[in-house]
Amino acid sequence: MLLIECPWCGQRDESEFSPGGEADIARPLQPDQLDDAAWADYLFMRKNTKGWHRELWNHSQGCRQWFGVERHTVTYAIRRSYQLQEDTSPTLTEDEA
Amino acid sequence: MVQRYSAFSLVKNALSGNQKWQRAWRDPEPKPHYDAIVVGGGGHGLATAYYLAKEQGLKNVAVLEKGWVGGGNTGRNTTIVRSNYLWTESSLLYEKAMQLWEGLSADINYNVMFSQRGVYNLGHSLQDMRDIERRVAANRLNGIDAQMVSAKTLAHAIPGLNTSPSARYPILGASYQPRAGVARHDAVAWGFARAADALGVDIIQQCEVTGFDIKSGQVTGVQTTRGPIASNRVGVVTAGHASVMAEKAGIRLPLESHPLQAFVSEPLKPVLDTVVMSNAVHGYISQSDKGELVIGAGIDGYLGYGQRGSFSTIEHAVQAIVELFPQFSRVRMLRMWGGIVDVSPDACPIISKTPVNGLYFNCGWGTGGFKATPGSGWVFAHTMAHDKAHALNEAFSLGRFESGALIDEHGAAAVAH
Repeated sequence: MLLIECPWCGQRDESEFSPGGEADIARPLQPDQLDDAAWADYLFMRKNTKGWHRELWNHSQGCRQWFGVERHTVTYAIRRSYQLQEDTSPTLTEDEA
Repeated sequence: MVQRYSAFSLVKNALSGNQKWQRAWRDPEPKPHYDAIVVGGGGHGLATAYYLAKEQGLKNVAVLEKGWVGGGNTGRNTTIVRSNYLWTESSLLYEKAMQLWEGLSADINYNVMFSQRGVYNLGHSLQDMRDIERRVAANRLNGIDAQMVSAKTLAHAIPGLNTSPSARYPILGASYQPRAGVARHDAVAWGFARAADALGVDIIQQCEVTGFDIKSGQVTGVQTTRGPIASNRVGVVTAGHASVMAEKAGIRLPLESHPLQAFVSEPLKPVLDTVVMSNAVHGYISQSDKGELVIGAGIDGYLGYGQRGSFSTIEHAVQAIVELFPQFSRVRMLRMWGGIVDVSPDACPIISKTPVNGLYFNCGWGTGGFKATPGSGWVFAHTMAHDKAHALNEAFSLGRFESGALIDEHGAAAVAH
């Protein structure tokens, strides 16, 4: 069972949250400019990281806010939760991941 | 020469105190070169190697396994085999597997304990029943045995099932596939390993692939923890770790790896002689030959490579089972486990060539790979040997995510994904 820190509500049980998958996937600003491969990449392709992973969670049974979490996908340890609009750090480097 | 298993060999070896059984497969050192390499020694990988040797005539084949054969998802599933998928592409693929299952024990001279005890998929609402009827009709058009079953018949066929109209989620009926059932999962891995080995395939355990050698877009070999091995034909069948392997080859896959949990009870006397699945309350259950109730849970929604999931998921599955079989509420659970399943966007596998020549991926089986084991190996062997998909797996290409020709089995496949 995960204990997840909601940036607004504090630490809560995993059952209050819904996972939203990989973070840092920006919707292309001009989708009509993309070819099929680039669109498929945006829509379907995922890093599926084994290691430290930046991901989205929604506090669906609480404040219903979306936020970011850095979680290890093998140990399931969580080292950071962050509000999406406040996060200015770049995506994880190879070493950190 | 590999000794055949038979009633005669059982008696002969019993008389010699069971001390003279031949080992089931060799433990060879890796050769510097193979005609084909299969990465991953689970059921699908071993089946691929077996059919490469048997059907495609490639004798110089290696299976590279980082741990031990059958140590991953092959030994971590709920052993259910069925082919009642909705869409034609998937039903034909799973039906190919079903037909191979039906002759498998004799074919590989290994008792995989395939037991066609039937599978019921329950419906709990009018919409469930409409979906089930549609799927049964689709199955029959594809030549797959499927029938509608009423709640009254269910009460008769499965005495322990709570068919009371006052149940929280009343059971209105079900689909039934008589030829479906269960098989002994470990035996499938061991049987394919032994049969492939007998045809000259080298099964190399404790050998992890750490990278691919790729020269001008053509794979030329693999780097492993036991040194480099050359081959112009490499098939990757690593389930939950498919994305990890793909990254080493510079390929992106549309997969997410999730924990999928299951558990078994203490052994009971026979109480359930079939397989019962329910999409709506989300649980599935059968009874093993040892008497344990084998119960499958759903996936955990988050990404996970940890081979374990959350207790809330187990609790959810137990609630479903107790809803269906109230008398099981006092049964104690013996052990639980998790596998890492690679889920694709359309809940269908990817059995495909890749942008790298000679490199093939067989992945994305998600929560339902075990039932396809022989069929998966059969079509993948064809794909690797001919550098071209067989008609049965043509639709399951990596390219479908670009063309948009997805095979949407999510929610359609009689399984709670």
